[in-house]
Amino acid sequence: MVILKNIDTNIIQYISILGSVVFIGLILMLIRNKRIKEEFSILWLFFGLVFLFLSIWRGSLEIIARILGIAYAPAAIFLILIIAIISILIHLSLITSRLTDQAKVMIQELGLLKMEMDTMKKQSKPDCPEDSHTEG
Amino acid sequence: MVMKILAIVPSFNEAENIIHVIESIKEENPLIDILVVNDCSKDETGALAESTGQASVVNLSSNLGIGGAVQTGFKYAMRKGYDIAFQFDGDGQHLASEIKILLDPILHNEADVVIGSRFCQKQNGFRSTPLRRRGIKVFEILNSLLIKQRITDNTSGFRAYCKKAIHFLAENYPDDYPEPEAVLVLGKNGFKLKEVPVCMQERKRGNSSITGIKSGYYMIKVLLAVLVNAMRSRSAKD
Repeated sequence: MVILKNIDTNIIQYISILGSVVFIGLILMLIRNKRIKEEFSILWLFFGLVFLFLSIWRGSLEIIARILGIAYAPAAIFLILIIAIISILIHLSLITSRLTDQAKVMIQELGLLKMEMDTMKKQSKPDCPEDSHTEG
Repeated sequence: MVMKILAIVPSFNEAENIIHVIESIKEENPLIDILVVNDCSKDETGALAESTGQASVVNLSSNLGIGGAVQTGFKYAMRKGYDIAFQFDGDGQHLASEIKILLDPILHNEADVVIGSRFCQKQNGFRSTPLRRRGIKVFEILNSLLIKQRITDNTSGFRAYCKKAIHFLAENYPDDYPEPEAVLVLGKNGFKLKEVPVCMQERKRGNSSITGIKSGYYMIKVLLAVLVNAMRSRSAKD
């Protein structure tokens, strides 16, 4: 316990603030370079700001922990982090499901279109040998 | 008025069966149009189907699975104005001689959807393995409770649909393993279902798509889909 007393807990605060700022900056840069669409970055930005807020105002974590009945305040940070990760993962599942649906429709339409086009091609070249067979 | 009838033949790697399937349908009834949906087969299924000159062939550029493939058929049937469409699997397990039995209730306006059932009457023929039959029984009980129409063979892919059902399914056909879920969705949306007894053959060549661990996944996925669907309001599926 003697060792702990000598620790300057301000250091972790500086690191947290710096980390949050770098994180938000990274996301903003990715949006700017059009590597992420705004729609997909909102959750990242939101939780980046939450962590920036928590690292600037340290007392807020104690308050949150007290409200939620968490005896060990730093555990609250894990709770918030897990909520952040799970909500982003669910969001990703939503996006993947939508993409799967869109891809399905596109594959179906592409198949039907290709067939239509082949039929039209055959009709426009009636003497094409491929077309010699008739229905029935 | 002559009804326009379409056979939707979903096929994935069925090079060994597809020609026989197409010919058997045409022999049975030459007025039926055939649409082969080639679900991105790795073999010559698509080319062989086209070579018969008796079927239109849609070649999907990626593998969609049976649900997406059959739905492609519904979209085609809807756009080309077919009055009746029926699913006839490309693996040869359905019998062309029974198409008439399957279509009759729709032609006589007795039902919107007809399902060829292996179980609604004592009969011979291939009736699946004991374990699978147990799974099928689960769907029978569950779906019967949920839609209040007794359907004994929820996994049968041998089905015929009226025009209204074709239009509905072109937009609302389930993915992956669609058969039991489709029964529920159709029942909930007020379609009149009817089962007719049919025989099925054990597949001639090639492998079933659902084996081993996949059977467990199949049951869980379909049960989940059926239960979640039961919670949805009418035709809320998009």
